[in-house]
Amino acid sequence: MARMKFLCDAERCIECNGCVTACKNEHEVPWGVNRRRVVTLGDGAPGEKSISVACMHCTDAPCQAVCPVDCFNTTDDGIVLHDKSLCIGCGYCFYACPFGAPQYPQQSSFGARGKMDKCTFCAGGPDEEDLSDAEYEKYGRNRIAEGKLPLCAEMCSTRALIAGDGDEIADIYRERVLRRGGRPQTWGWETAYTEG
Amino acid sequence: MQTQQSEVSAGRRKMSPARKRKIAWYGLLGMLAMAFVLPLASYSVHFLGSEAFAQEAGSATNPRSNYWRAVEGGVAGYSAVQGVETGVLIGPGGIDWQQQRDGVVAKYMPWGIVGMFVILALYHLIHGRNKLDVKPSGKKIKRWNWFDRLTHWMTAISFIALGITGLSMLIGKTLLIPMLGKAGFALWAQASITIHNVLGPVFSVGIVLMIVMWIWHNFPTATDLQWFKEGGGLFSKTHPSAGRMNGGEKVWFWLVTFVGLAVCFSGIILVAPVYGIVIPEWVGFLPWVEGSRVDMQEANLIHAVLSLGWTAVALGHIYIGTAGTEGAFEGMSTGYVSAEWAKQHHDQWYDDAVAQGKVIAPDEGAAKAAATRVSTAN
Repeated sequence: MARMKFLCDAERCIECNGCVTACKNEHEVPWGVNRRRVVTLGDGAPGEKSISVACMHCTDAPCQAVCPVDCFNTTDDGIVLHDKSLCIGCGYCFYACPFGAPQYPQQSSFGARGKMDKCTFCAGGPDEEDLSDAEYEKYGRNRIAEGKLPLCAEMCSTRALIAGDGDEIADIYRERVLRRGGRPQTWGWETAYTEG
Repeated sequence: MQTQQSEVSAGRRKMSPARKRKIAWYGLLGMLAMAFVLPLASYSVHFLGSEAFAQEAGSATNPRSNYWRAVEGGVAGYSAVQGVETGVLIGPGGIDWQQQRDGVVAKYMPWGIVGMFVILALYHLIHGRNKLDVKPSGKKIKRWNWFDRLTHWMTAISFIALGITGLSMLIGKTLLIPMLGKAGFALWAQASITIHNVLGPVFSVGIVLMIVMWIWHNFPTATDLQWFKEGGGLFSKTHPSAGRMNGGEKVWFWLVTFVGLAVCFSGIILVAPVYGIVIPEWVGFLPWVEGSRVDMQEANLIHAVLSLGWTAVALGHIYIGTAGTEGAFEGMSTGYVSAEWAKQHHDQWYDDAVAQGKVIAPDEGAAKAAATRVSTAN
C-alpha cells in the first residue's frame, strides 16, 4: 500500500513559486487562499534555502485530532482529507497544524472564518463523487482519481518538490544525495511522519 | 685499534641493561603524562580566549542543521505569500496545544461542572432550602432598578447560551457525535459557533456594564471578613452580618470582573483574527497579541479553562439565587425584596434603608396592585 508524502529538496528549490501558481490555477482556489507556499530561509544570505510547503498529510495529524466536528479522514494512501460539508470554520486545525496548511476564505461578515480549505494532495474531497463537478467546485481537481500525482510536484522545473509513495520518493532522494554528496535533509518529515 | 673500534660500535649498538630500563621508564612516564595532558589541549582555546578560535568552534556544526533547528523552533523566513506568519515553515506549539486542549481541558475539566451539580444537589438534600425566619409582611425594599435587571438577565441568558454552545464545541465530539451522528452534530456545531460568535459581544457588553454599575457596592469591608469567618452562614443557622452585598456576592462580583474580562478578551482574539486578516491596530498595540498561532493557542486555553471554572461557580450562583434561598429570586426578577429577607441576609443594608426611610409599606404595594387591577378591569 502506498503511503503518500511530499518531499522538498532544499538543494534544488529555486523559489520560483511555480508550484504555488500551478496549485492555485489547477484548483481554482479563492482569492487569498494559498494551499502551498514557498518559504525562503536566510533570504539573501549565503546558503539560503527555499522550501515549498503545503499540507504534509501527517501521520496522526493534529488537525484531525483537534477537529471538534471530526471532519478529517485519512485515506488508505495516507492522504488527510477534510469534509467541507461538516466543517464549521472554527480555526482549531489551523492553530494545531505545524505547517500552517489550513486556509480560510474570507467570505463571512464580522471576520468570521469560512469553511477551511487546504491541500488535498490533488485527491478531491471525501463527501463528493470522484471527478464530479460538485467535487471540483468544493475541493478542486481530483488528479489522484485520474491516476496522476499532485500538479505542484509534477510541474516542478528543478524536480525539487517530489510527491508520491514515501518509500519511492525517499529512494529518489537518497540516490540524489549519494551522487551529489552532503547529508540528506528531509525537511518536515520528522514533524509530519512518525513511521519514518 | 680495531678491537677498540669494535668495542665502541658494540657500545653504540648494545646499551647497558640499566640504561634501557631507564629509557623505558621515562618513555612510559612521558606517554602517561601525554595521555593525561593531550585531551585537555582543546581547553587551551578556551584559556587563550581568542575570538577567532571561538568562531571556528561555532561554525564547526553543519550550517544546514543549524538552519533546520532554528526553523523547527519557529524561526521565520521569507515568503512571497502575504499574511500572518506565512514565513514560518514549522509553527511551534500546535501539537502541544492540541494535546493540552484534548487532554486535560476537554477530558477532565468538564467533570468540574458535573461535580458542582452533585455538590449542590447533596447540599440541597442535606441542608435544605435557606428559608426566611419571619414570614414576609409585605414590606418591600427596592434592590435593583430596571436597568440593573435588564443587564443582569441579558448577561445571564447569554451566559447560559454561551456555556451550552461552548461546551458543545469542546466535548460534543465525544458526547454528541455518538447521539446525533457526524452530519447531525455538524449542523448543531455550526449553529453553536454562530450563536457563540453573535452572543459573545452581547455578553461582553453586559459584563462591562455590570462592572461599571456595581463596582461601587463591591469594595471589601471588615464586615466581609467576619462574614467569611462564619462561613457565610452556609453550614450554620446563624446569619453573619452583611451590607448591601455580602462577602460571597463580592467574591462572585470580582470573579465575574477578572475572569469575565479575560474570557471576553480571549474570545475576541479567537474570533477576530483570521488567517490573512490583519488584526485591528489597537489590538496589536497590546504587547502579547500579534495574531499569531501561539497567541490563539494561548487565548483558546485561557478561554476554555476560565470558562469551565466560571460555569462551575456560576451553578452555585444560580442555585443560591433561585432554589437555594427563599426570597432571593424576586430581588432580581421584580427589583424589590421583602424587608424580612433584607433584615435576615443584609442586616446593615436593611438598617440603612430603615434609617433613610426606604422601606415601602405594604399599603402602598396593595394600593398599587389595586390600581393596576382597576386599570386592567377597565
